[in-house]
Amino acid sequence: MIAGRGRPVYEGVAIGRIYVHTKNQAVAERKCSDIEKELRRFQNAKEKAAEELSALYEKTAAEIGEEQAAIIEVQSLFLDDLDYTEGIEAMIRSGSDAAFSVHEIGAAQASAFAALDDDYMKARAADIRDISDRLVRILTGAEQGFRMDEPGIIVAEDLTPSETVSLDKDRILAFVTRQGSSNSHTAILARVMNIPSLVLTDIDIDPSLNGRTMIVDGFAGTYFIDPDEKTMAEMAAKKKSAGEYKAGLEEYRGRESISASGRKVKLFANIGSPSDIKYVIDGDAEGIGLLRSEFLYLGRDSFPTEDELFEAYRSVLEAMGGKKVVIRTLDIGADKKVGYFGLAPEENPALGYRGIRICLTQKDIFRTQLRAIYRASAYGNASIMFPMIISVKEVRDIKAFCSEVEKELHDEGTATGRVELGIMIETPAAALISDMLAAEVDFFSVGTNDLTQYTLAIDRQNEKLDAFYDAHHPAIMRFLEMIAANAHKAGIWAGICGELAGDLSLTDEFLRMGYDELSVAPSRILELRKNVISSEV
Amino acid sequence: MKTFDYTVKDELGIHARPAGLLVKQIAGVRSNVTIAVKAKGTSADAKRLMAVMKMAVKQGDVVTVTIDGEDEDTIAPQIEQFFKDNF
Repeated sequence: MIAGRGRPVYEGVAIGRIYVHTKNQAVAERKCSDIEKELRRFQNAKEKAAEELSALYEKTAAEIGEEQAAIIEVQSLFLDDLDYTEGIEAMIRSGSDAAFSVHEIGAAQASAFAALDDDYMKARAADIRDISDRLVRILTGAEQGFRMDEPGIIVAEDLTPSETVSLDKDRILAFVTRQGSSNSHTAILARVMNIPSLVLTDIDIDPSLNGRTMIVDGFAGTYFIDPDEKTMAEMAAKKKSAGEYKAGLEEYRGRESISASGRKVKLFANIGSPSDIKYVIDGDAEGIGLLRSEFLYLGRDSFPTEDELFEAYRSVLEAMGGKKVVIRTLDIGADKKVGYFGLAPEENPALGYRGIRICLTQKDIFRTQLRAIYRASAYGNASIMFPMIISVKEVRDIKAFCSEVEKELHDEGTATGRVELGIMIETPAAALISDMLAAEVDFFSVGTNDLTQYTLAIDRQNEKLDAFYDAHHPAIMRFLEMIAANAHKAGIWAGICGELAGDLSLTDEFLRMGYDELSVAPSRILELRKNVISSEV
Repeated sequence: MKTFDYTVKDELGIHARPAGLLVKQIAGVRSNVTIAVKAKGTSADAKRLMAVMKMAVKQGDVVTVTIDGEDEDTIAPQIEQFFKDNF
């Protein structure tokens, strides 16, 4: 038995056969005779690589998420880097063939990054190796030949993003890498895929490991190869109890969230972009209680067009079938760096020009977004929710503006669906006048993060205040009780979409208050449903 | 020659994506643009992505940006604005 340690990046126990993942064959030094031809081959390979990366970007964004996709985008940028391309071209001019030149310059740049005293920059070495491997593969016409015929544990030096994307994810039980870090591509992927994994593992990688039995303990950060009977029995028991908790939650999949005494509550998901839909479905959410709109506006140089917004909203609505999707309008302020908004820096952005205040002042921004949502509403069950409300007048202004937008679309002959209009209750003012606001809207959703911050006058970013912070402060509990009561008096529904909604110690309390909906991270749904179903309330 | 100092506010420092945007933005300008962190004695040609990234500029670092060439008067304010918006 071989035993060793690594840094665990995701909890759990995996037992299976080893698949050693090795890099492409070594690139030998070769000379070229026709330098101009070799330079053209390099140019063509570069164009091909750019095409592949752009396809990979789409695939990654759709299947895994924006974070991994951003890594692919960085690789596209590296491919055009002058130091990289000029270095390669210079080597070709000196008589080396293209594949060898790419390999050498890539290795030199990668080791320069690996030597930096900065974890983020260190991790970029893998990106440079990845694009170099890609170019070499294109230039030499080699196949990418790694296949898994049955489920197993992948053991590798390190895995690059394009290697991980091309793996058959249904068959991977665990990743074990000798290099990497808690923030490496493999680690991020392991967390998204919920599989136990180790990085920085003390393991000698050798093709002879292939097919041997391995145990990976992502709780303790240990591994065993060819385990003895005692270890195998211990680890199998550990795997079983970890699996039982998770599997125990599976029995709640597809069930209605209803308590012993018959109180029903809808369990919805909070998401930040259309690519999160996969996790909404995996998590078994009954709808989307908070679709943030900020992702559509961040990380770009100009306002998104109405069509771009429409396509994003439509894709979510269609993917959810007829299930409810609550879209929150833009909630942005001076604390988010969005240059093209031209927002002046503020002393206190949390209390500043933000969210609905921007929308009600710069109506052109608001109009574009509302038109996009109303157009998308024809493709599913859309509701709109407005953030940072403090007064009845704001709500009336918003409703009048929504009717105007809706009429405008109908006059143009554009179809819209029926859209519920609701508000976030996240200011103490809105909570206190929730009886007045309830008469104006179709629903409330309590944003407990901001409501708590504003009510307790505590900035959550300031760690010094942690000792003073109480998420269950009686003031918040009274507000929550009052908001639900006022909503129900007016005959509208009320939900909670802040972090508190997923606080399992409060589920009973929320049921007692009569909340109709709780919206949480998609991965928390089953756990929360279990709590609702086992509740005595 | 135009020059300005800027204190990096982004918590990730000058990381890959905005650095890529910067390189794209100035790829076509005629002036030479250099970025330096005097306190660390590092500098790079701002048109070269890997070189800029290898400086590993962190939050709080003061970068000195120098723009030198025939279009410096028009380019300098644009670059300064870009830093304010992105870093």
